[in-house]
Amino acid sequence: MSSLPPVLTCHNLAVHYDNRSALRDVNLEIKRGQITALLGPNGAGKSTLLKVLAGMIPPSHGAAKFEGEELSGPHANITYVPQRSDVDWTFPISVLECTLLGLAGSRSRWKPFSRHDKAVAMQALKDVRMDHLAQAQIDALSGGQQQRVFLARALLNNGDVLLLDEPFTGVDVPTQDMLVDLLTELKSRGTAIVYATHDLAQAARTADYAVLLNGDIVAEGSPHDIFQQDVLLRTFGGSVISVESLREVAAS
Amino acid sequence: MSWLTDPWHFTFMQHAFLAIILVGIICGAIGVFVILRGYSFLGDALSHAIFPGVVITFILGGNFLVGALIAAVIISTLIGVVSQSGRINNDTAIGVLFAGSFALGVALMSLQSGYVRDLNSFLFGSILGVSRDDLVITAIVGLVVLVGLAMFRREITLISFDRVFARSTGLNLWVFDQLFLLLLALAIVVSLQTVGNVLVLAMLVTPAASARMLTDNLRRMIALSSTIGALSGLVGLYISYYRGVPSGAAVVLTATAVFGMLFLFAPRNGVVTARVRQRIHYSHPEDDVRVVPDKPQA
Repeated sequence: MSSLPPVLTCHNLAVHYDNRSALRDVNLEIKRGQITALLGPNGAGKSTLLKVLAGMIPPSHGAAKFEGEELSGPHANITYVPQRSDVDWTFPISVLECTLLGLAGSRSRWKPFSRHDKAVAMQALKDVRMDHLAQAQIDALSGGQQQRVFLARALLNNGDVLLLDEPFTGVDVPTQDMLVDLLTELKSRGTAIVYATHDLAQAARTADYAVLLNGDIVAEGSPHDIFQQDVLLRTFGGSVISVESLREVAAS
Repeated sequence: MSWLTDPWHFTFMQHAFLAIILVGIICGAIGVFVILRGYSFLGDALSHAIFPGVVITFILGGNFLVGALIAAVIISTLIGVVSQSGRINNDTAIGVLFAGSFALGVALMSLQSGYVRDLNSFLFGSILGVSRDDLVITAIVGLVVLVGLAMFRREITLISFDRVFARSTGLNLWVFDQLFLLLLALAIVVSLQTVGNVLVLAMLVTPAASARMLTDNLRRMIALSSTIGALSGLVGLYISYYRGVPSGAAVVLTATAVFGMLFLFAPRNGVVTARVRQRIHYSHPEDDVRVVPDKPQA
């Protein structure tokens, strides 16, 4: 795996909002077949970095590159899964309709979605174990189920890179387990996965590579190597963390 | 039953009926997206902002719909441009431009003779003055709005529902926001003559709100909203004809009454209905739980 060239790279990346710096000096390589966790406290720039990688925010300095080419906007092979809270869940559409919106930009304006498109969407829902709720309204879903629908919608795109913003936040344990299974499955197919989280234990269990972020990159490497008291303190500030137990999780 | 057919003996009433039905359908359809996006204020603002265009065509002579359309395009673009600056949010941009352009219209109007009468017909509509040409323009513009909504239904739905994901797929939000604004402006312009400036908001919002009480399905909601809008228009015009109430007010009051009824008694979601259902199901509270139980299949 390590011999493959990275699919996404960042070079001296910085993002400023007005006069405030959100990210600085970010140099990063994202590899295929690897799950990368972006970790950091609130305001550390996790979401910003994900959006830069998705081509949604142009960096103020430096560049993000997909397969060596500078990203100038969203890319068809990069799929982004927003935070659940970004969305109005009372919107009157069904789970299947919501999933099909993943294809909104790429289908004929005049025709309804084809049988094939619907079958593909149903398969994606099956992959996240939501096919039995395909006709349910999205406002009837639990947090975990919402996250699954988002994931199904992203699966339709079948991209090389999957970027997820806080996919594990506020979802039930079965959904967390399902997410881990699915990400692992995608990883084995060579997809590069990057997700933002502030849950260290979750990252220790799931990620192959962890990036500790607080404006800039504090540390990066395998969770087992970098989850150390001094590094975590520098990333998260003064919060008390049981590092030993985390390393045990990472090792297991 | 002659009371039903009597008004139809007059050409001006035939025009009025056709116009209000068209307006009900057009505003009902686009109104669904107005309420789902929380754009009520924008709808109100646009209707006022069109005023100077109407006044200028009134001064220069010509069909006021043309002036209104030009004003609508200018104003919707300006709102987009000002809110794009980032420092001033959308709501504020709308507020500034809406009040400013309405004031401009009032100032221009005040320089004309017959100021009060014409202002009145602009504010409250003059449905009995709908000409054949007006009807043709209304029908064409209405068709443009409906076809536009149908063509870009997925993009408009996606940006209404999930803007962040929409942007991540490469959709140009600004373009589709402007497109939606333009369609909305068109719908408002053709409604001005029938319901007037002050009450057009009700045609956008009230039937859509009624439809929301009845269904969770977007397509059904659009169909219901258009139907309720058209029917409210029809019933309102009869009331106006027989009671001498201004047409705009009669139509809007009808639509409001429909909403009131549905808000209380809609089959599933009405406030009273829900209470009654709760009483009936009290011994089986789980029947009323709307969250679908999570049963992942093996």
